[in-house]
Amino acid sequence: MSADHAPPLQRTPLYSLHQSLGARMVPFAGYEMPVQYTAGILAEHLHTRAAAGLFDVSHMGQLRLAGIDPAAALETQVPGDLRGLGPMRLRYTLLLNDDGGILDDLMATRLGDGGLLVVVNAATKDADVAHLRDRLGGGVSVDRLDDRALLALQGPAAAGVLRRLADGVAGLAFMSAAEATLDGHQCLVTRSGYTGEDGFEISLPAAAAPALATRLLAEPEVAPVGLGARDSLRLEGGLCLYGHDIDATTTPVEADLAWTIGKRRREHGGFPGAAVILRQLAQGPARLRVGIRPDERAPAREGTPIVNSTGEQIGRVTSGGYGPSVGAPVAMGYVAAAYAAEGTPLSLIVRGAARPAHVAPLPFVPHRYHRP
Amino acid sequence: MTAPRFTKDHEWVRLDGDLVTVGISDYAQSQLGDVVYVELPEPGRRVERGKEAAVVESVKAASEVYAPVSGEVVEINSALAADPAKVNADAMGEGWFLKVRLADPSELDGLMDEAAYLRFVEEQP
Repeated sequence: MSADHAPPLQRTPLYSLHQSLGARMVPFAGYEMPVQYTAGILAEHLHTRAAAGLFDVSHMGQLRLAGIDPAAALETQVPGDLRGLGPMRLRYTLLLNDDGGILDDLMATRLGDGGLLVVVNAATKDADVAHLRDRLGGGVSVDRLDDRALLALQGPAAAGVLRRLADGVAGLAFMSAAEATLDGHQCLVTRSGYTGEDGFEISLPAAAAPALATRLLAEPEVAPVGLGARDSLRLEGGLCLYGHDIDATTTPVEADLAWTIGKRRREHGGFPGAAVILRQLAQGPARLRVGIRPDERAPAREGTPIVNSTGEQIGRVTSGGYGPSVGAPVAMGYVAAAYAAEGTPLSLIVRGAARPAHVAPLPFVPHRYHRP
Repeated sequence: MTAPRFTKDHEWVRLDGDLVTVGISDYAQSQLGDVVYVELPEPGRRVERGKEAAVVESVKAASEVYAPVSGEVVEINSALAADPAKVNADAMGEGWFLKVRLADPSELDGLMDEAAYLRFVEEQP
């Protein structure tokens, strides 16, 4: 598609705030988003692991599913156990196609009234809404909450910061949600995130987002963090980026996301591609997503071919770069199952030269979720 | 050493006798962001003007560095292996990349002086 015909980029409610903070804005999934602020990706990354980073993730899709048992309805499209999800609890799950390929990854929160708040990726939200409306039938409505913003406050200081604004939320357990009034704004707060650190995601009316973001940034521990560090943080955390590490051609089992398939779902199936996925669970997949550590200093980027000792290609890097907290390059990719064991030597073809590497455990940086 | 001269690809050169020191401009390092890895050619290799001579990687991406002149690589800045952030801290000094023995001095003629380069950078979108 020619740039002349590209639709204009959308802006989040925090666009002006990003500009005033000196952000470098880039196009991302149809939005003008901050890739970094003046501190830079390295400093923003390290600050998030040391204190707290504030991320604007308002480009992501927030959907509300309501009607007759939305959890049971959504279970027909995902392998996660949503019927077993208690009120104000959330779960990571995967929207699947009929071959067991992943259409999107999402967070589903069961609200107090039995409805579901579903957060999906920005690039896939239009397709997800169409798909869900098509597949869920008339008993469940799918509403886009386009008038809501989403902030993420991530890092070891996040809970202490939020405690100053609302006492209750700091006690939430990982993957739990609460309604809270933050700085006078009614918010839905979940203890979740995409960095591997403790932290929160805060859904609130778009009009209130700049004020709350400014309030949070006034706390001494909090610095703004852009998409660049969001990517390096999630990569070190071993977390998948949709469209890169997972897509319609990868199954949950191949993606090493079998942990998202609940026991009841394994026994009874009833999700798209169940035959393929249950067979892979029983027999093992032909390929698997693994962590990869280059043995030298050169980062291996997405698309880097992975070869074995005889030079035969056995996989491909799907995310890769420099891990600021690791202090070395890190990557994830798919390899043939025979090469997936931790420690297996591999070679990465970077700029035409084979570079030594090995399969490494994920995450590269230990998760520090709040599990009281 | 002579005053630096610049390419439109944001490399700089300084001439000292027949040796040309090559680096990337301060503007280039600021656009790249934090440099985490620099890949330099082996000394003794010949580089060709306008062709890839080195690679500089930030957290986000890898960028090619093109040889501003043709000639044999006689020295590389091996300090960048342990401390690639020197490129950010001092792009025009300690963050130099390589030294090339200049084969054809006329190759320097088309390069911009600092004032012209800064005007060129101003015009970048």
